[in-house]
Amino acid sequence: MLVIEGLTRRFGDKEAVSNVDLQIGAGAFVGVIGRSGAGKSTLLRMINRLQDPSSGRILHDGRDVTALSGRALRAWRAEAAMIFQQFNLVGRLDVLTNVLMGRLATAPAWRALTKSWSAEDRAIALSALDQFDIASLAAQRADSLSGGQQQRVAIARALAQEPALILADEPIASLDPRNTRIVMDALLRINKHFGITVLCNLHSLDLARTYCDRLVGMAQGRVVFDGAPAALTEQVAHDLYGLEAGEVMDLPAAKPAYGDAIPQAAALA
Amino acid sequence: MAHAVTRLPDAQLAPMLAAYEAAVRERRRHSFIAAAVVTVCIALAAWMGEVKPGVLFANAGRLTTYFASIVPTLRWDSLGADLAEWYWNLDHWLKLLLDTILIAYLGTLIGGIGAFFLCFLACANLVRSRIIRLAARRYLEFCRTVPELVFALLFVVAFGLGPMPGVLALAIHTMGALGKLFAEVVENIDMNPVEGAIAAGASWPKMVRFAVVPQVTSNFASYGLLRFEINVREASIMGFVGAGGIGQDLVEAIRKFYYSDVSAILLLIIAAVMIIDLVTEQVRHRLLGVGGGR
Repeated sequence: MLVIEGLTRRFGDKEAVSNVDLQIGAGAFVGVIGRSGAGKSTLLRMINRLQDPSSGRILHDGRDVTALSGRALRAWRAEAAMIFQQFNLVGRLDVLTNVLMGRLATAPAWRALTKSWSAEDRAIALSALDQFDIASLAAQRADSLSGGQQQRVAIARALAQEPALILADEPIASLDPRNTRIVMDALLRINKHFGITVLCNLHSLDLARTYCDRLVGMAQGRVVFDGAPAALTEQVAHDLYGLEAGEVMDLPAAKPAYGDAIPQAAALA
Repeated sequence: MAHAVTRLPDAQLAPMLAAYEAAVRERRRHSFIAAAVVTVCIALAAWMGEVKPGVLFANAGRLTTYFASIVPTLRWDSLGADLAEWYWNLDHWLKLLLDTILIAYLGTLIGGIGAFFLCFLACANLVRSRIIRLAARRYLEFCRTVPELVFALLFVVAFGLGPMPGVLALAIHTMGALGKLFAEVVENIDMNPVEGAIAAGASWPKMVRFAVVPQVTSNFASYGLLRFEINVREASIMGFVGAGGIGQDLVEAIRKFYYSDVSAILLLIIAAVMIIDLVTEQVRHRLLGVGGGR
């Protein structure tokens, strides 16, 4: 169970995330939606502690992860695996080594620094790759792979961390529709097979509706919607996205009726 | 902790591991050969260069003797007078030190400007013509392989004693050294903006100005400031051949065995380089801070 209490992050005098309260049960697949700049990335990055909160707390199974430091913090980061929009692999290293980087939090320093990974680590990394049918690419350089393959390597790296939680920050924003489906299916499979909680930032509402069993809508750093995908009416979507609403949903070509909703949304903003 | 990976049985993993090992074996072999070659070269170099650690240890004492002899006599009860005697020629030395810094400054500036305009011509990713590239590269090589002191000697013969030969010598060497470093920075840029500019119909100089220069200015500034630091040190020995700066007095003190003068001047140079290091660090952080966020 992940509990977020009054979480706030300020950059200068701008609040990227302001006073967010959330409770996320173990095994949930939660989509965080909202337009770019709404604070979705900052929220996810604070959970992994890539960014420190200005105020507020994050509790995981009763443990305050905002107070962690040193070894305990690194162990938490391994437990809350990040997946990035740009994959964040090391292009010049081979695929298997990239996945083995998921074992860095637990591997002894001498093994990691001399790249003499234990047989167990290598077995887990290869198994993780095989789970996504890319074990045959193990020896290739990561930057020689296509975007979809690279994101699957990144997910394998996340799994090699044996996480309790996966934080996916716009994982499909750089991918084509076919790879989008492959990557989202992979996340769903992890969620259903292993019961790992997935928090996924998504720009596209349709994807969020298809895959997530709960949606959290953010606007200007605040949570403005929290509920089942079915509860997200078109009215709410317009409030969330304003003029962008047409881009993120497969709306029937703009009818005059929607034209009325837009000034309304603008008035709310 | 949740288990996220179904660990496959070893029998199933073995062929995958074997395939991976086979693929990386070739790379390992290359690294091993490279390491062996480097080791052999080290041994050969030590043998031919007559590197004898024994001699170093046997004569280490002599070195310390020299350092001991240049230490001035400072007594606690007459410290002020002793210091004044040690730095008896401070005004003159400070003036020469300022000369030295100005020589380094001008040499870095002129050389840096030359390097800036030449480096783009030496880049494989920007210049398709091999001839231009080779010409630029060989010219930069020539500029940096001839030692500064040799250039300085030639210019002293041509233009006479004084700081100008020093400035010219440093400028030429700086152009060669910085041009090479700048060119390497340019070869590592992101090529997408370059395509963007070319696709918009930009000519070569316009493409460089808008797609390349913004990407490289911060690195150029770092290397330029580092070169300035190096040039202050180089300028301090320009005087050895009569090309201006504090080197003139330093070499005289060494040759004429004015022991305490040697230590006084050396400490002044070290202090100057330290101050410059601190200042350039500040400048660099400001520059990177402005162009940062990359």
